[in-house]
Amino acid sequence: MKYNKDNYQQVVDEITPKNKMLKNCIMAFIFGGAICVIGEFINDSFVSWLGITEDEASPMTSVVLVGISALLTGLGWYDKLGKIGGAGTVVPITGFANSVVSPALEFKREGYVLGTAANIFKLAGPVLLFGYLSSFVAGLLSMAFR
Amino acid sequence: MNYVMSFLIGGTICLIGQIVIDTFKKNNAYLLVALVVTGVILGYLGIYDKIVEIGHSGATVPLLGFGNSLAKGAMEEASSKGFMGALSGGIIKTAPGVAAALVFGYLVAVIFNPKGDK
Amino acid sequence: MKKIGKTYKIGGDVVIRDVYTIVGPKEGEGPLKDKFDMVITDDLWGEDSWEKCELKLQKTAVENLLNRNSLIRDNIDLIISGDLLNQITSSSFAARELEIPYIGVYGACSTMTLTMGLGALIIDGGFAENVVCVTSSHFCSAERQFRLPLEMGGQRHESAQWTVTGSAAVWLSNSGKGPKIKHVTFGKIVDLGVKDANNMGAAMAPAAYDSLNQHLQDTGINYDMIVTGDLGVIGKAIVNKMFNEDNNSIESKYDDCGTIIFDIEKQDVHAGGSGCGCSATVFGSFLYKKLLNNELKSLLFASTGALHSTTATLQGESIPGIAHCLGIEI
Repeated sequence: MKYNKDNYQQVVDEITPKNKMLKNCIMAFIFGGAICVIGEFINDSFVSWLGITEDEASPMTSVVLVGISALLTGLGWYDKLGKIGGAGTVVPITGFANSVVSPALEFKREGYVLGTAANIFKLAGPVLLFGYLSSFVAGLLSMAFR
Repeated sequence: MNYVMSFLIGGTICLIGQIVIDTFKKNNAYLLVALVVTGVILGYLGIYDKIVEIGHSGATVPLLGFGNSLAKGAMEEASSKGFMGALSGGIIKTAPGVAAALVFGYLVAVIFNPKGDK
Repeated sequence: MKKIGKTYKIGGDVVIRDVYTIVGPKEGEGPLKDKFDMVITDDLWGEDSWEKCELKLQKTAVENLLNRNSLIRDNIDLIISGDLLNQITSSSFAARELEIPYIGVYGACSTMTLTMGLGALIIDGGFAENVVCVTSSHFCSAERQFRLPLEMGGQRHESAQWTVTGSAAVWLSNSGKGPKIKHVTFGKIVDLGVKDANNMGAAMAPAAYDSLNQHLQDTGINYDMIVTGDLGVIGKAIVNKMFNEDNNSIESKYDDCGTIIFDIEKQDVHAGGSGCGCSATVFGSFLYKKLLNNELKSLLFASTGALHSTTATLQGESIPGIAHCLGIEI
């Protein structure tokens, strides 16, 4: 065979179709924007109807969005939205919730403790680890250079 | 106006995420980690709060906002409680969202069954 | 039996007496929908997990194959099977209830021709009269083992393939009427460094080319049709390109099961079908019937496998590919 590890990748790149980036980007923009607008609406509702302060409303909005995402994941709809919306459904906090709920649901057949509970952070664990780690560093830095 | 800006800023952040996915073809976990860490850095530098002022929920709903909250929490607590504050501040500030994901995740696992069709 | 080059020439008769195929709902809506023996209506089929559904597919395929041919379990000397799941549980657990001597093999998606090739050699060696070769795959059980949870939102890449839900059981015998396995070429592992687990076709194509080329050189037969297992659109294009560059084009008579089983555009399967069940069910439903009807006089059939694991991929290993060829003539 005339191909080897050095020149084969070129053939693969040539033949493999590219992802439909333009279409994906437009859908990501629309879906991501729409989810943020829903978030803004929930936030507004807390502030103007229930008289909650801006500072308190923000975490409450996150909780509501997480709840909606969890429900849609359970119904099996979030992955269908994700197929169309791409990053638009991954990047918002609803995508984080989806990455927690989907392994929890999928591993229930292996039991609630070693299946659901042990795998619930399978995908979100890295986010929390690096998030908390870097926030700790940020906290230390803020003490050092105030 | 807030709604329009939420849509535009939120959409733009997701669009950048899509470019990252289609270019690097990595597992989405890498994207999520990158977003959170970027959010922490922008939060630490005080840049992200300016984006939130413009974009409102368009900036707080994406995971970058989660990173921003982490950084702000850690910095606020660090200024009042020192080392222990730096360690726990981020977690305290973001606890509601994470706890909600855990609780709802468990509830969903109990109530629903996984579906295969995609 | 004798060996020409790297190919085994079967001396006696190894007859493919019958093949029983079962597929999932999506495959049942594809271009071959009328040709399968059974189509299940949902991806659990009354079981409480996808893994259990997959072993039921295998078990049912074997039982229905035996029933249709009025065979009893004692008539079968050996069952050879394999699948994609860790420790090939679908195969072993299906065999647990069949009470037939069992050999489990792992060849990833190359399992169909691997088991049939082994069965042919054992029969030709005079060690068995009747052998059943089985394999299966299930979209959901494979997806959760090799990729991400199914409820996780996100897009599949254009190069990704769709694991076929399905199982086929093949009855090989040293007597009777039917297409015969005449030549067997077990492939060697070829790995040209593809690491992208979302582009299996490209990872396996060099192995397919290598085995097909070896078989064609060893036997010198001009086959009516050449079919590979699950290279999909991308792998098929690469194999064609490689043969064309040798000035030995096979394009006019070459096809790939991964592009036959689905309507690629309409069913949104990106690069095509994959999985053990892909080449198995396409062979059993489509190719085998063409041989029976005399539409094909000779067929070179090569299932292709990607012998990677999630652990190896995470450790940065590239994907080893393999292809086993069967020369089938009527």
